[in-house]
Amino acid sequence: MTFVPKPKARHPLLKTNEIGLTRRDYEAIVSTLCAGCGHDSVSAAVIQACHELSIPPHQFAKVSGIGCSSKTPSYFLGNAHGFNSVHGRMPSIATGAYLANKELKYIGISGDGDSASIGLGQFAHIIRRKVDMCYIVDNNGTYGLTKGQFSATNDMGSTSKRGVPNLYAPIDLVSLAIQLGASFVARSFSGDKQQLIPLIKAAVLHKGFAFIDVISPCVMFNNHEGSTKSYSHVRNHTEPVVDANLIMPRDEIAVEYEEGTTISVPMHDGSKLQLRKLSDSYEPNDRVSALTYVQKAQEEGEIVTGLLFLEEDAVDCHDILGTSDTPFNGLAQENLCPGAEKLVQINESLR
Amino acid sequence: MQPTDIHNPNYFHKVVDCQWACPAHTPVPEYIRLIAQERYTEAYMINWESNVFPGILGRTCDRPCEPACRRVRTEEKPVAICRLKRVAADHKGDITQYLPKVPKKKNGKRIALFGAGPASLAVARDLLPLGYIIDMFDRDPGGGGMMRSQIPAFRLPKDVLEEEVDLIVNMGVNARYNYEITSMKEMLDMDYDAYFVGTGAPRGRDLELPGRKEVSKHISIGIDWLSSVAFGHTTSISGKVIVMGGGNTAMDCCRTSNRLGAECVTVVVRSAFDVMKASDWEKEDAMAEGIPILNNRPPKEFVHENGKLKGVVFGRVKPIEADGRLKYVPTGEPDVFIEANHILMAIGQENHCPWIERNLGIEFDKWDCPVIDEDSLQSTHEKIFFGGDSAFGPENIIWASAHAHKAAISIHLFCQGKDPKHDRPPEAVNLISQKMGLHEWSYDAEHDPSQRHIVPHADLKRSLDNIKVEVELGFDEDLGFKEAQRCLNCDVQTVFTEKLCIECDACVDICPMDCITFTPNAPEAELRTALTAPAETLDQDLYVSETLPTNRVMVKDEDLCLHCGLCAERCPTNAWDMQKSIIHIPQLSSYAE
Ligand SMILES: Cc1cc2nc3c(=O)[nH]c(=O)nc-3n(C[C@H](O)[C@H](O)[C@H](O)COP(=O)(O)OP(=O)(O)OC[C@H]3O[C@@H](n4cnc5c(N)ncnc54)[C@H](O)[C@@H]3O)c2cc1C
Ligand SMILES: Cc1ncc(C[n+]2csc(CCOP(=O)(O)OP(=O)(O)O)c2C)c(N)n1
Ligand code: SF4
Ligand code: SF4
Ligand code: SF4
Ligand SMILES: [Mg+2]
Repeated sequence: MTFVPKPKARHPLLKTNEIGLTRRDYEAIVSTLCAGCGHDSVSAAVIQACHELSIPPHQFAKVSGIGCSSKTPSYFLGNAHGFNSVHGRMPSIATGAYLANKELKYIGISGDGDSASIGLGQFAHIIRRKVDMCYIVDNNGTYGLTKGQFSATNDMGSTSKRGVPNLYAPIDLVSLAIQLGASFVARSFSGDKQQLIPLIKAAVLHKGFAFIDVISPCVMFNNHEGSTKSYSHVRNHTEPVVDANLIMPRDEIAVEYEEGTTISVPMHDGSKLQLRKLSDSYEPNDRVSALTYVQKAQEEGEIVTGLLFLEEDAVDCHDILGTSDTPFNGLAQENLCPGAEKLVQINESLR
Repeated sequence: MQPTDIHNPNYFHKVVDCQWACPAHTPVPEYIRLIAQERYTEAYMINWESNVFPGILGRTCDRPCEPACRRVRTEEKPVAICRLKRVAADHKGDITQYLPKVPKKKNGKRIALFGAGPASLAVARDLLPLGYIIDMFDRDPGGGGMMRSQIPAFRLPKDVLEEEVDLIVNMGVNARYNYEITSMKEMLDMDYDAYFVGTGAPRGRDLELPGRKEVSKHISIGIDWLSSVAFGHTTSISGKVIVMGGGNTAMDCCRTSNRLGAECVTVVVRSAFDVMKASDWEKEDAMAEGIPILNNRPPKEFVHENGKLKGVVFGRVKPIEADGRLKYVPTGEPDVFIEANHILMAIGQENHCPWIERNLGIEFDKWDCPVIDEDSLQSTHEKIFFGGDSAFGPENIIWASAHAHKAAISIHLFCQGKDPKHDRPPEAVNLISQKMGLHEWSYDAEHDPSQRHIVPHADLKRSLDNIKVEVELGFDEDLGFKEAQRCLNCDVQTVFTEKLCIECDACVDICPMDCITFTPNAPEAELRTALTAPAETLDQDLYVSETLPTNRVMVKDEDLCLHCGLCAERCPTNAWDMQKSIIHIPQLSSYAE
């Protein structure tokens, strides 16, 4: 918790993006989380990513549930829309908002408690419904806000601060997301912005449901020896398998990669997503093989990171439902509510 | 890069830009904090110890600290450091209890000081508490040197001058005023243990041009004229006045003429406006009083009718840059004639000592300046030390104080049979954590974004009517507080402890100025471009840690740090701490304790 507000003064050489804004224009009020919380680094990565994308802050909508992680949308994109929902219910709100207005970029922030415990059902269904959004879980293996109970992603045998081991096997959100049909699945670490920022950028631009599981240490309750979600444990056990690099149309550069290791994926806005395989045997376009790799590594206590699965040309729920491209707020009254007569007609047609 | 040695006293001293730039190394942020706490007397004493004349300097200092102020780089205008010094002086209480004690029993060593300007006075102040017997000689009727004879009363009221001069003289100086020194040999025959030459740069330059001899009674040398005004011999000037020259003397001459009845005053300068020697604020003040400054006009001839001055002919030139230097070439336009009844020549001064015989072992260089060791200020005659304007040519009061501290240490060492150059005490640094509680710091860490506050001025007409009316009114307590809050507390340092850092990035994310980066080590030039924000101010250091567990180093660019303490606030492990650096600049007073 910090009581000194962050000064408005900024470095005079701070870069401006294509729309003339600096990174500082994507900030919000200063965080009230514990000093050193991984979640603050994730917020910083979101800020940097959105700035680099040159999308105005007011074209984003931030949605979240309850938890330290779910509080963080208050600490980035101060000029964006936002909805802080009840515990585990962010997917419902996100789905509704997305159906009403597909023009905004949706960033969902949740926690491992919020998504893997109370909200697991909602988590499964938003993936199934293919809402076009970037869904981030700040995964610290604990319920930070309620003072450090084991969460459902906490590894079996990993100990609490007092040394008590966790007796249950973990839910792996990445495996779930791959299995349930997410078209973009990644894992990263709050302490590795170089990896995380391009992933967030790509997830925001990706059409379809993009999920990023960010291991984000809780310095207060889960950063001790014996924890598998501490800064030092994660640093010593990560295996990056696929590097993602988003190349914006304006800074397209010819990057030479070895044949076979690089996949170039065109994005909807004209930019290019370049995937560089760091492990020969990894197939990021194949659900089954990706899933197998991730689960095998997990058994060995290794944490694979990077862009783990990508489905090109994915569809989203508007495509499936054939619903309006125009946001509801842009539709005329008679279109939104065609009247009783029309309702009778519809009912008739269904009899 | 090698890890930074923060225990080298220069490292954090450099971060305190103002203190580093101040020739006397006044601990600026320390006294500014005291002003904010309304502890004016203590703020005054901190100044008095370092620069000896806070009330005088708070009005007249050349303020090399201000262009160096970090605030210039973070948001343009520096903290009004100089005017805050005046706030301390104007609002202080009784200082007697804080003054050093001068022993009744002397140590038997007799020191002669030549000149009673700031340099000699400050040497006296440093030596007296150690029991030295001080005889100070000056040809003027009172002490203060050019602070009395040159700086006009509308910039420096007499009571302010006298308070600080008398304070020192009353510590027990045997002042011998109206005493013209005409022979060094004679003075050496008096057999003092050491001599300090603080006779300044008392000779004003002249200009030989056609007509100069014929009109000599209409031309005054600027500094001679100003001193005759200061001592009451000249009380008026009439007709049209031309001031020739572009330094601070020229500004004082034109503003004084304006107050003594001149019909009109024009400053004519050989060079361009931007490169004039006068400080910006002196130029602004002169122009605000309606005095035109004409630039790029070299004088050619004094025009007269039978010895009666009619005016001056000036050529017209323009500056062009060649090989990085300014050169002036004629514009080809016709010369200009400017009418004048009186000319004040303010084109520079020299440290001229015709009274020093050249066969006493005091060497002079080819410019006729004494040869002096820069560390000890000792001349080639071991008993004789120089300081102030007499040492290296005209400077200013703060340099005179700085020289004096050095010379006093040298004289003390010399009188104890030690080597003034090699036995000097070293500088040192102490670091003291400012953490008071979980989120409490002993300093006001919050950044104040306000603009520099403007010092109120006296009514223009009232000040032009009376040369004794001080133009600047100074900050009152309220404005003083507000201005003090602009100080960034650059002496409260960010100190990093590698072994505590868990590389969580919290400090990197929170830093408003993007000072901190964790990155693989590299040579300095490379590192400077690899940081979150490029470090382009090359004279501002990079603070580099030992290698961290991820094989990276922490690099902090000191340049734009606001000393806001947010890095230390956000650090979960206290790897960052805010610690006050106290730089120990050796002064003779530390021997007295
Ligand atoms: C017009 C003018 C305005 C200035 N304004 C400022 C300003 O605003 N701020 C600032 O910081 N500086 C200013 N200066 C510069 C400043 O006054 C000097 O740098 C400073 O006074 C030098 O101090 P000093 O002790 O070396 O010598 P001085 O102050 O020059 O004192 C030398 C003393 O030695 C005496 N002396 C010299 N020769 C003999 C002799 N043979 N026998 C006996 N006595 C002798 C002189 O009478 C004089 O009193 C100004 C200078 C001038 C000319
Ligand atoms: C319906 C409901 N049940 C329980 C809670 C109590 N509660 C608040 S936050 C939280 C867990 C949050 O854990 P996580 O999502 O991992 O967030 P973290 O604080 O770890 O970032 C719980 C159980 C609640 N607020 N609402
Ligand atoms: S309790 Fe844990 S998760 Fe919550 S703010 Fe503190 S460190 Fe972050
Ligand atoms: S004190 Fe720390 S957070 Fe504040 S500007 Fe300096 S380095 Fe940045
Ligand atoms: S906040 Fe502290 S522990 Fe975290 S990276 Fe900075 S110095 Fe290291
Ligand atoms: Mg959690």
